[in-house]
This record gives sequence, structure tokens and C-alpha cells, in this order.
Amino acid sequence: MESEPVGVGDVVVPAPQDIVLSAQRVSKSFNGVQVLFSVDFDLRRGEIHALMGENGAGKSTLVKVLSGFEQPTSGEILLDGKPVKLPPNGAAEALGIVVIHQEFNLAEHLTVTESLFLGREVARFGVLDRKYMRRETRRVLDMLGSHISESAQISSLSVADKQMVEIAKAISRDARIVFMDEPTAVLSRDETEALFKQVRKLRDQGTSFVFVSHKLDEVTELTDRVTVLRDGQWVKTAPTALLDGESIAQLMVGRELSSLYPQKSEPNVDETRVLSVVGLSTAHVRDAHFDLRKGEILGFSGMIGSGRTELMEAISGLCPRISGEVRIGDQVMPAGDIQATAAAGLAYMTKDRKAKGLLLGSDMQANLTLQSLDQHGRFGYLSPASEKKALARARRRFDIRVRDAGVVAGRMSGGNQQKLLLAKVMEITPKILIIDEPTRGIDVGTKQQIYHFIAALAREGCSVIVVSSEMPEVIGLCTRVVVMRAGRIVGVLEGDEINEQEIMRYSAGLKQKAVA
Amino acid sequence: MGDTMTTEDQAEPKRRWQDVDLRAVAPFVALALLLLLGAMVNSNFISMNNLANVATRSAFIALIAVGATFVISSGDLDLSVGSMVAFVASLMILFMNSGVIADPGIMIAAAIVLALVVGALCGLANGLITTVGKIEPFIATLGTMGIYRGLTTWLSQGGAITLQSAEQQDLYRPAYFGTILGVPVPIIVVLVVTSIAAFVLYRMRYGRHVVAVGSNAHVARYSGIKVDRVRTWAFVIQGVCVAIAVMLYVPRLGSTSATTGILWELQAITAVVIGGTALKGGASRVWGTICGAFILELVGNIMLLSNFISEYLIGAIQGAIIIIAMLVQRSLVRKS
Repeated sequence: MESEPVGVGDVVVPAPQDIVLSAQRVSKSFNGVQVLFSVDFDLRRGEIHALMGENGAGKSTLVKVLSGFEQPTSGEILLDGKPVKLPPNGAAEALGIVVIHQEFNLAEHLTVTESLFLGREVARFGVLDRKYMRRETRRVLDMLGSHISESAQISSLSVADKQMVEIAKAISRDARIVFMDEPTAVLSRDETEALFKQVRKLRDQGTSFVFVSHKLDEVTELTDRVTVLRDGQWVKTAPTALLDGESIAQLMVGRELSSLYPQKSEPNVDETRVLSVVGLSTAHVRDAHFDLRKGEILGFSGMIGSGRTELMEAISGLCPRISGEVRIGDQVMPAGDIQATAAAGLAYMTKDRKAKGLLLGSDMQANLTLQSLDQHGRFGYLSPASEKKALARARRRFDIRVRDAGVVAGRMSGGNQQKLLLAKVMEITPKILIIDEPTRGIDVGTKQQIYHFIAALAREGCSVIVVSSEMPEVIGLCTRVVVMRAGRIVGVLEGDEINEQEIMRYSAGLKQKAVA
Repeated sequence: MGDTMTTEDQAEPKRRWQDVDLRAVAPFVALALLLLLGAMVNSNFISMNNLANVATRSAFIALIAVGATFVISSGDLDLSVGSMVAFVASLMILFMNSGVIADPGIMIAAAIVLALVVGALCGLANGLITTVGKIEPFIATLGTMGIYRGLTTWLSQGGAITLQSAEQQDLYRPAYFGTILGVPVPIIVVLVVTSIAAFVLYRMRYGRHVVAVGSNAHVARYSGIKVDRVRTWAFVIQGVCVAIAVMLYVPRLGSTSATTGILWELQAITAVVIGGTALKGGASRVWGTICGAFILELVGNIMLLSNFISEYLIGAIQGAIIIIAMLVQRSLVRKS
């Protein structure tokens, strides 16, 4: 740990009346485990302040303490310069403090308008003024450049649209202080742009934002100041203009990030084909053809909703297919039979680790072996010793760091959850691994570990498909990139073609080429 | 990755008393308190004789509740168990009265097999209606509850179905009233069945699948678990458990009627919830379930012995217990 002076650092101290919210020597412990160590933080009127740090660095906890969801164990919160005890459970909204959560807080069966006005419905003489509320919702959505219908049901919206609704909700509540936890994780480039434009406009009107993100380029593009936390300690606060992505990353991990992406190694052209997909169609995917060679890392790029996940789920047997054929080696796979594809050596790792990947209420061991219980005993009996050994092995191999081996998965940091999920999928020792969004919402250090793991796996002869919305990831890892658009494969890029502009052209529909 | 805080993690953590899961311990603490209360109310209460009696009478609910632990752990609910008891018992007695087998011993053995098969089929029907028919288990088993009850009423023509052969009765009686090494047979049956259930739940693949399906069916499906099959089997296990309860019930009274087993589903579910199994699935505590069934019977016994409260209020008390148990569970979750 560096011994930098805690406090102002090299920041010019602003006039105190400009600081709307600040944390002074705030510490927080959960069940005797300290996660924040005497952290200082201040938020000025009309600024966008990035809060950076690896997973487990204490960002989320600090956000919770600053928004009243948690009370600090020691230290003070100052609102407009006066010490306050923020009301719990989101009641701080009344003070103008709004949190846009990473996980959505939307009731699926409400409409967009109902969601926006939930808990503060406008009524005249006791009767809901639905017309007014709809108009108001439309106004906010237009302001955000979103085309969602104000009467659409939440359950019918895409993930990106749901995020937009969350943001519209915060904006419509005339917030003075807005916390955004990874708001762009599921947004497309255009949507991100529209969001940033709004955020800047609101900032110029005096709203303050705390922006939590792992995307360094967005932080340098959008924010005014950056505060970096590491292991629950304050590391640095500085104007964004004085930092670049590289230096922020270094502050976060506390060491040089020598190489985020490992050396690429291309498989031989004549390597055997381990997976062939022929004319596969599902409800959204149309006529997909592609091959995967032994030891290859194949990328799948495209906009959200372009059908990548559905294609992968159809291949692995999780989702029904209308037509087409999937061959692993020379074995033709039956449709919709995940047991058969798993037996043939194919593993699919979901992008939704919390809802589909891990049992959040169970411990690491139960999660790790869930997919591979056959290996731990005969006739349905399970050997605790064998499972324990598997866990010890997986923790070493994937560097899963927790303080207590019995911790439930839901209490682990995002990075550790992702490693646990990867470990779980790898327990069936697949020959073909499909990873959907390998690094969504996890820190730089863990990303690097996962990239190197994928590369090592490919060198050992395993074939990997990486589905990702983060272009640098696909570009940095893959030797061949398939681009999908609106359910179709529109291009396969190799060599020098693999760059952001080219991928963008295909996924935006500006370019298309016949695919064999 | 910063590692100043994570170096101590490789050491095996010491078990502190805070680590003990309060939800798992709570039912046994409640049981201890009840025993204490009972001893204060009436000195006869704490006698071995009385307690063995109570345990014997709790056997029916305990056995049914073991099955309910599977169903509830997998995230479902079975409301039909009370009617199922009446239905299976009626068929069993009708078969024994039919006289198709002359030897009373073989006849009883065949009747037991029949009960197990019918119980399993009733459970299978519940399971298939919920999984293949994709109907909420609450509604599906509400429907079969009516069907099994109605069939029983029809079979008995509104009256009672009584075991006629005195020979069979004498031979079968010890299955409920007998003792082995001084321990009543029903208690032994409960202990054996629960041990098997605990082994299946905690030491076998199927048990792990049940808990996984109950806590998150999506995760289970993405892990290659056949979710519908796991759920259906849980209903079948429930049916078999009901049949085992019937095996003890028939020799006790030698008779069934349309009102047999009424509100037993409430008691079974209450026992499971008192025992600490989460109603939303994901945590199964089968020994807690047994403890819960014992507690329910004990409360009735204390009411009977104390003369404070009318024993006609027993249903109300049991209803209140399930609500209190839920509240306690909830508050314990929040703390941990």
C-alpha cells in the first residue's frame, strides 16, 4: 500500500459551499470485516466524478454509504457542509440523492410511465392523472433521445431499454446528486452517447454525478474528476484531464499492467474442425453457418440483440432450434439437449452470472460441482472429500480470493463470482468452451487473468468462442471474428481486418459479405 | 490485484459461534423451550411414556412432512397430501377386504405394495401436472386435492371404509402399536425414513439437484440439470412418503372415511417451515422437519394437559405457529 497523504492530494481545494456531498474519514465494516478504511471523498456542485477501483475495492460500499443504503461504522457524511445521517432504503431520494443501481429495480409488469411515477403518482381529486404522467414520461424519454414507448411494458423491453428507463426515472425525480453504477454496461454506442449528452447537460445545470465504471475510455471522455480506491482505501483524487486511461488503471491495480491481452497464437489452417454449425435457425437467428478449429479463439461481435447469445444457447442445447445442424467432431448433436452437448465436450458459460450462472445463496463448493456431480462419486452418492479437493484445486487454478471458504456466492465480489463461474464450467473439462461476455462488470486485474486463462486454454488445444460486446476484448483475444447483425452472420474477419472500424461497419449494416 | 487484505484467506477459518446458522438451530431451541414449558404445566408431561406417545402420534405428519421437505426444497408445494392419505388408505383397506389373497400375511404385504404404488402414482400425477402441464403447483395440487378427496368420498359412499377381517387386524396391529426394544415402531419408521431422506438430500446428487432447482431453476437448467425431472421425482417421493404414513395409519384405526387427513397438508407444511426449510426453496432441513412435526404434536399435548386453552382451538394454534415460524425465519435471515 502506498503511503500517500490521505486528504486533498494534489487537488485544488474548492470553496466549501461548492461541495454538495462529502465523506470524511468514513470507515465501514460488515460482520467485523472492514471494507472501507477512513475514506475521504467530496462531490462538487455540477461535476461528474468518477469512482474507480477494482472489484472489492469498496466502490459499491462507498456509494451505499453516501446514499444512505448503509450507515458508516465511523466517520461523517456532510450534505451541503452540514453533518447528516442519511435515511435508509432509498429514502434519501427526498433529499435529492438518487442511485441508479447496477441491477434493475423495475417491476416487470408495470408500464414505463407507471415505473417512472412509481410511489409519486400524480393524481387530481384522488384520480390518477394518467395523461399528464404519460406526457411527462414522453418528455423525459425524448430528452434522453430514447424511442421507447411510454406505454410499453417493462417486461417487453431489452436490457438496454430497461437501463434507459432507470436513468429516465432518476432524471424525472429532479435529483441533485445522482449515483450511476456501471450505467453503460448494457448500452450500445449510440445509447451511451445520448446518455452522456444528457448527463453533461444536467451537470451544466448544476446536478452532480458520481459515475462508477470499469470502462476507462468512458471515464476519460465524460468525467471531470476521478477518485481511485484500492482495497477499501483512498488512493488518489485528481482532475481527469491530468490522467489517462493507462495511469488510472495503474492506480487501480497498484502495479504495471504489462499486457492486458496475451500473445495471440493462430491455429494451423489444417487443424481439425471441432465444431460445425450448418444453417442453424431459431426464433431470432437466421441460417447461421460457421466452423471452429482446434485451438482457435473465435470472437463473436455485434450489437446487443443481434442474436449472438441465442445462437450460442441453441448450439449448446439450451434453446430450441427451428432448423439446421450442429456437429461436434463428426457427431451430430440432437436439438435442445444440453446433456448431450456437454457429454460431447462443449460447455457454455452464461453472461448472466447472477441469474443463470451461480446459486447466490449457496457456498462455493455447491456451485463449483453443480454441473459435474457425476465426477464425485458413484450411484448418485457424493464424496465430500472429492468435492473439497476439487474446490481447493479450482481456487488455486483460478485464483479465487475470499476471506472465508464457506461464504455464499452472492456475497463474493463480481470478479470472484466470474472466476467461480468459469471454474464451474471448466469442471467438465470441455474441449469447446463458449464464453458469453467473459468480463462483464469486473475489474481490470481479473479481466487480465481471464484473458490469459483463455489464451492458455487455446494453447492446450481447447477451442474457445468469445462472445463480447467489448470490441477491444474481441480484437485483443481472437484470431477470427464473426460479426452478427439482426440474427444473421454478416461477416467473418481475419488478420488485419480485425479492428474497431471494420467490426463497426459490419455490425451497423454498412458492410456485408457472403459467408461460406 | 491488491492482496494486502486477502493473504489470510488460505487459512481454514475457525468456527465461531456466530457462524452457526441460526435457522438450523432455531427449531431445536423452540423444542427445548416447549419441553421446559410442558414440564412446568404438568409433571406427567416430561415422563418418557408421555413423550413417546406424543412422538408416536406425530409420526403421520412427520412422514408426510419428510416428503414435503423434498417438494418444498425444489420450489414447489403439495396441498393434496391430506386427501392423498384418505385415498390411498381407502384403496388399501378395500383391497384387503376384497379377499383376493387368502393368506392374511401375504395379503397385508400385497396391500402395502399397492399403497406404495398408488402413492407414487398420485405423486407422479401431481408432478406431471405441474411440470408437463406447466400449472402452478398451488393450483395443480389444489385440483388433485379435490380429486383425491372426492374419489375417497365416492369409494366410501360418504361413510367409512373399515377393515373387516379380524385376523388381518390382529396381524397388522403391531405395525402401529408394537415396539422394538421398547421403542414404538412408528418412531423407528420415522427415524429410518428421515435418515434415508437426509442421506439423499445431503449426500446424493439428486439432493443437490433438488436444492439447486429450488433456489434458482435457471441456474439449474444452465448447469445441465433436468429441472422438470427433478421436480417430478420430488412429487413422487412425496407420494411414497404419504403411502408410508398410510401403512402406519391403517393398523391404528382399521378404518378411513371422507374426513381422514383433513388439514394434514397444513400441518405438514407447518412442520417443514418450523424446521427451517425455506418456502422459496433452496435450503432443506429434513431433521428440522421432524422436529417441527414433533413440536406441533407437543403443543397439542400441552394444551390437553394444561386446561388453560380449549383443545378445540388446536387448528387455530397451528395456524398461528406457521405464521410465527415464518416471521422468525425472516428475522433470522435479516440478521445473518
